[in-house]
Amino acid sequence: MALPTYASPLERVWYYTYLVICTLIFIFLIAPILIVIPLSFNAEPYFTFTEKMLTFDPAGYSLRWYDTLLTLGHPGSDTMRDEAWWSAVWERSTWVQAAKNSFWVGLWATILATFLGTVAALGLSRPEMPYRRLIMAILISPMIVPIIIIAVGMSFFFAQACVPPDSIWSTIFGPFLSEKGCLVNSHLGVIVAHAVLGIPFVIITVTATLSGFDQSLIRAAHSLGANPRTTFFKVVMPLILPGVISGALFAFVTSFDEVVAVLFIAGPDQQTIPRQMFNGIREAISPAILAVATLLVIISVALLTTVELLRRRSERLRGITPH
Amino acid sequence: MTEAATELLTTADGRPLKEALATAQSRAKRRAFLLVLPLLVFVLLTFLVPIGYMLKRSVEHDGFSRSSPTLTQWFKENPEFDHMNPPEQAYAALVTDLAEMQATKNTGMAGTRINYTVPGSISLFKKGAREAAAMQPPFKGAMLALDPAWGAPELWYAMESASSELTTDFYKVAADRKLTETGWERGDDKQRIYLYLFFKTFVVSAIITVICLLLAFPVAHLLAILPMAKSSLLMILVLLPFWTSLLVRTTAWIALLQEQGIVNDALVGLGILADDNRLTMMYNMTGTIVAMTHVLLPFMILPLYSVMKVIPPSYARAARSLGATSWTTFRRVYLPQTLPGIAAGSLLVFILAVGYYITPALVGGADGQLISNLISFHMTKSNWSMAAALAAMLLAAILALYWIYDQLIGVDRLKLG
Repeated sequence: MALPTYASPLERVWYYTYLVICTLIFIFLIAPILIVIPLSFNAEPYFTFTEKMLTFDPAGYSLRWYDTLLTLGHPGSDTMRDEAWWSAVWERSTWVQAAKNSFWVGLWATILATFLGTVAALGLSRPEMPYRRLIMAILISPMIVPIIIIAVGMSFFFAQACVPPDSIWSTIFGPFLSEKGCLVNSHLGVIVAHAVLGIPFVIITVTATLSGFDQSLIRAAHSLGANPRTTFFKVVMPLILPGVISGALFAFVTSFDEVVAVLFIAGPDQQTIPRQMFNGIREAISPAILAVATLLVIISVALLTTVELLRRRSERLRGITPH
Repeated sequence: MTEAATELLTTADGRPLKEALATAQSRAKRRAFLLVLPLLVFVLLTFLVPIGYMLKRSVEHDGFSRSSPTLTQWFKENPEFDHMNPPEQAYAALVTDLAEMQATKNTGMAGTRINYTVPGSISLFKKGAREAAAMQPPFKGAMLALDPAWGAPELWYAMESASSELTTDFYKVAADRKLTETGWERGDDKQRIYLYLFFKTFVVSAIITVICLLLAFPVAHLLAILPMAKSSLLMILVLLPFWTSLLVRTTAWIALLQEQGIVNDALVGLGILADDNRLTMMYNMTGTIVAMTHVLLPFMILPLYSVMKVIPPSYARAARSLGATSWTTFRRVYLPQTLPGIAAGSLLVFILAVGYYITPALVGGADGQLISNLISFHMTKSNWSMAAALAAMLLAAILALYWIYDQLIGVDRLKLG
């Protein structure tokens, strides 16, 4: 936006003030996220910049907090870093275990939410769908209902949701449930909880993609002799895929960042990164938290870039050109 | 087309067209519904049923009724007894139950249930249960000699109410009502902790919503009027916080705002602040508000932006050319057109703020706690029914707001990025 030539001096002053205000708000948005990156290289156990850091003295910086991430819960921190050391890190380090749990829970929750959500979105965006508004409101509600309420409800229910021992159900689901055969304190419980929380995001992104979908393409495919399955996989799927993938990424991030449900329904075997961070912030706050935070910022930048590229691709495919 | 002509229309296999169309439409309806069904069942089982279960917990507690069958029976037979002065039979029933509780080790459960409505009852029950087996009639005198609190009318009201498994007691306590000698009454103003916290949560959420709106408006406007290439670059600055872990952002705010944090260090370093006079911006309400504003700001910017983007700039130009000042143009022409975005963003931010848990729990300290934190507190203390009742009240408030959101904006118009 440029100032119109008829702008008065007062308007010119206001215009530049406005730009300054906007810049300050952008700094407010982004600075807290960027500030954790240099802080995580602190050589001292402080949460702020030391004098050495401010003078860019290399002695003020170190990778010790990243090292802590590998060695916490792993006894041999001073031994040689050979293959055995690394495999011990992989098997025992607290943060690595948390990362593994977060990844697997996130992956399965995403698959569940994306599959169910995409199929439902296909139904929801058909004009014939009955009770569309009500069903949509129900499916979006996990995003609106406070997480604490969901967590309380789930912790009551999942403690009761058990399979009878020595039944066929216990043979099928047993390995995914807790020792007592319940959803509480089990991986399946956390996955299910995170899938519910991710569903609204999948529904929103996929229905948004489908709203720009030209229904006549389906009729065109049919008229050219394609059966419903071919039509879906060759015509519909490629067009809605960007929406599905960004919905899946949203669902994954939701799970990857979720802590309240984990606090209430997970056991010691389901420690995730956010839970580890939550405990870390509550108890002994150490810059190791900042090191994790930095890694998470890098992941979120990567995910955001992917989603943006997908969105642009989807807009290009649908013929909506940026103006 | 005439009436006669319509009636004659049939499909190729001779069925009336109207009937064939109805069949086809109901089949299409069924097909669409079948696609949604698996997810609906999943959400029902893993989301709606747990919440229903929680609501059930909020009106159900068998801690007392299960372990006091004799007294429960007596309450049923004598619904009109005098709470100020219960008869000997009531005390006899009580002693029988207390002795049984001691034998089956259920005293704690029963005492805890009464403790919700009459504080101090756990120790009273434990003492009573220890002595009950050795007691001789008349029981009334013996019990009152043991502890005069056994004669308190509020205790008898509480036990009468707790003898039924279904109860609204937890809602009464959550609404800050107190059991007195004459039954439930409005509590002392100084002890209205629950309603006060609800009120505080709403006020804080409103403050955060207003701050978010004030910060989001100029940014959304800038994004809407800049050329696409520049605005998508700036949009990334809005979306990055949105995609960054909540815990990362909370950690960052701790690093920035704590007493030995970056902001205080900078102010001291610049000589604005004395070293012994550092600002307390963390672990109190200020910390909660600042961190939550940062977390929720993108939820305000995005709906505002999507409305502002489609406002044609020619309206403002027309207003200017007709002689309006820039302020009038903004107030009378531009602002009214952004109202749908303001409503959508404000409602969304307010709804999310009311139920917020993590940020207040981590940076709120003692003063910055909200209603969600109290629910969590009761959960960790195993006061499940109390937590459930508070959660149900919060849920009712949220659902009312959600309904307004759906009526005003429509849930299907929710957008992400």
